[in-house]
Amino acid sequence: MNLQLVVDSLPQLLDGLGLTLQITILSIFLGLVVAVPAALMRLSPNPLLRWPAHGYIFYFRGTPLLVQLFLIYYGGGQFREELDALGLWTYFREAYFCAVLTLTLNTGAYTAEILRGSIQAVPHGEVEAARACGMSGWLLYRRIILPKAFRLALPAYSNEVIFLFQATSLVSIITLLDLTGVARSIVARTFAVYEIYIAAGLIYLACSYGILFVFKRMEKRLMAHLRPEERRQAQKAADPAQENLPV
Amino acid sequence: MLDLQGYGWMLFEGLQVTLMVGLCSLALAICLGILGAGAKLSGNRLLRMGANVYTTVIRGIPELLLILLIFYGTPTLIQNLAGELGYDLRLDFNPFLAGVMTLGFIYGAFATEVFRGAFQSIPKGQIEAAQACGMHRRLIFRRIILPQVWRFALPGLGNVWMVLIKATALISVIQLEELMRTASIAMGATRLPFTFFFIASLLYLAITLASVLIQQRLEVWANRGIRRA
Repeated sequence: MNLQLVVDSLPQLLDGLGLTLQITILSIFLGLVVAVPAALMRLSPNPLLRWPAHGYIFYFRGTPLLVQLFLIYYGGGQFREELDALGLWTYFREAYFCAVLTLTLNTGAYTAEILRGSIQAVPHGEVEAARACGMSGWLLYRRIILPKAFRLALPAYSNEVIFLFQATSLVSIITLLDLTGVARSIVARTFAVYEIYIAAGLIYLACSYGILFVFKRMEKRLMAHLRPEERRQAQKAADPAQENLPV
Repeated sequence: MLDLQGYGWMLFEGLQVTLMVGLCSLALAICLGILGAGAKLSGNRLLRMGANVYTTVIRGIPELLLILLIFYGTPTLIQNLAGELGYDLRLDFNPFLAGVMTLGFIYGAFATEVFRGAFQSIPKGQIEAAQACGMHRRLIFRRIILPQVWRFALPGLGNVWMVLIKATALISVIQLEELMRTASIAMGATRLPFTFFFIASLLYLAITLASVLIQQRLEVWANRGIRRA
């Protein structure tokens, strides 16, 4: 074990982590922008809206991220003239742009599916109550369905964010120097294979559990009214006779 | 019509390698999952802790990094250790074996969680009844637990399989000639990257579709004899 080397390369690894986090955050935000309309289209009764969204979600969830990445990064080259004519070639030439685009489309599809499930799980009574109050269309979605759906989606969404964070390691394959990319380049230079990879792995591990912790806190705040223990305790307080009943 | 310039057969062979790697890794992951779940539910603190460290570490680190670490790191580590003990060792992993070991090891952690939940879903009363009949622990596992555990584990295992088969694309970085790698080779020779990667993606999609259908059949089989409410 060459610990000195690990200490010396720590600043470079943290630089890589910066790019990893940057790509993660950018893709998550853009992914949400894609996911909300995709989920709404997927649930629309109009087949012209439903089927494209269905196809998009099915394709991006059913194929490996690496293929999608190569398809956009290398595959763009096959349409160079067309992209040039549209003025898009300068973007598709950049590994960074391709990486963010792929990760956005990928996480957008997974998030759309999560959102679809949680929109369908919004209790029917709440929707009926809102309709009875005269809300409909966009107002109903904005005030009742989407806020509720986002809360219901939170546990599954936290998993998706962690998966995306880890999936950004693939961008090292298309030459970007994220945490994995930096680790690979240091290994290629020093041959300290396991020291560097283990150090990078520990950084990923710490960040993964950091993200998990943030989401757990958020969940606790947003779902405070649904916490089961407290509710049971409140019930017990209201009706002490129930305490002796077998559960 | 699409001109693959003679590389179609190569993609087909790559597809076979992908499926082989996927199935072998799944088998390994299931074995590790059952062992891991057993360790997590056992009374032994050391075993429990070991299994918890295994699942925590594996699920917190990207697959790609783990593949690099296991494929390149393990031989070097063993060589260095052997070198310090005075042996001169040269290790070279067979990419297929290394791929299977790596993926099996990673997804064993996910399978552990699936099996832990499944073991806990088996009604306690049945195990008590078996004990009352005088069955031994191993006999209970074989006769009562194992036949039923699939019913609870199949949905979770299906998810693990879907993620696993997509992760096989990653082992193209260790030069195993599976679907992704053959597509890359074909791309290099023909300069048609989009065509080949798109076909590769459709082949993965076909695997996913077939898996969904097979999973439905398996779930019907695992739920035989269960009354639906």
